[in-house]
Amino acid sequence: MNVLFQLAFEFFKTGIFTVGGGLASLPFLYDISDRMGWYTHSELIDMIAIAESTPGPIGANMATFAGYKTAGILGSIVASIALIVGPMILVLIIANFLEKFKENKHVQAVFYGLRPAVAGLITAACYGVMAISLFSPDALAAGDFMGFLNIKACALFAVMLWAVMKFKKHPVVYIAICAILGIIIPF
Amino acid sequence: MNIYLQLFLSFFRIGGLTFGGGYSMMPMLQKECVEKFHWCTEGDLMDYYALGQCTPGLIAVNTATFIGNKTKGILGAICAALGVITPSIIIITIIAMFIDGFIDIPAVANAFAGIRIAVCALIVSSIVKLYKGGVKDVPAFIIFAIVTFLSIFTDVSPILVVVGAGVAGFAIKSIGGKK
Repeated sequence: MNVLFQLAFEFFKTGIFTVGGGLASLPFLYDISDRMGWYTHSELIDMIAIAESTPGPIGANMATFAGYKTAGILGSIVASIALIVGPMILVLIIANFLEKFKENKHVQAVFYGLRPAVAGLITAACYGVMAISLFSPDALAAGDFMGFLNIKACALFAVMLWAVMKFKKHPVVYIAICAILGIIIPF
Repeated sequence: MNIYLQLFLSFFRIGGLTFGGGYSMMPMLQKECVEKFHWCTEGDLMDYYALGQCTPGLIAVNTATFIGNKTKGILGAICAALGVITPSIIIITIIAMFIDGFIDIPAVANAFAGIRIAVCALIVSSIVKLYKGGVKDVPAFIIFAIVTFLSIFTDVSPILVVVGAGVAGFAIKSIGGKK
């Protein structure tokens, strides 16, 4: 069978069964590696590191990488588009349903519960990013309380938070400033 | 400018500047879709985001599909979804082609350490907006607190959390509200 067709089929399947964001596709990517041998497990781990630290949805990054390893540039395009086709169809169906029933008070009631949950999920995700960038749990485990806080990083965080709240510039401005500062004064 | 092109370009920017996956795209979505182009409201964004969690697929792509569809139907949805993944395809393909051990280059690693701090600050400011929009009374605060606690300290799946919160909302407003 044509490798591009196989690639499309495998990533289409991965897309449908990935619920809860890009990293949830990981078990399926391991499975593809085991069955098809398109990339190795250690390549997959490198892929995760790169996907997490480059811009874009992590799932799309991983599909692109796997597709490229398998069949070059065309492979990367086929794999990432195949990944999103199934969920997109489902989302379009839900969206049409939503438009019709938006004013329904039971639907409104469900969203009354969902909105604080979204705020909570993002708060938890934020805690995860902060734990990596601002704190050193290793230092705390070693009994070094002063080393727990990354002082330089916390100071930059405080300044950035103030600037974000005060100036309302496009997010890219803050990202660029911090990238440059990161290179000049490593955190 | 053509609205389809605008959707594509806007989501291209969102995809190309979102570090750390779907969760961290909220500040960009608020800026581009709510403040700049008025494609949807803050409330719509939260609804789409919650649904994007429990539908299969990537949260970023699902949210883009919802917003594109609301703005310009199915074709709008396709433009937005392709926009959000195109930067990934370009950037990752280039990295895969040319650079082995890309993230081990010291300057790159340091730049990313800096970027993560900016991402923290941006997400905190998003959370403040989301909190003001979604948590307006005590039951809503309790849902917020439980979800935050469960997501930080346990391995419970986000899908379960979202479904539970929806059921709780239904119980509080639809069933409880009648009495």
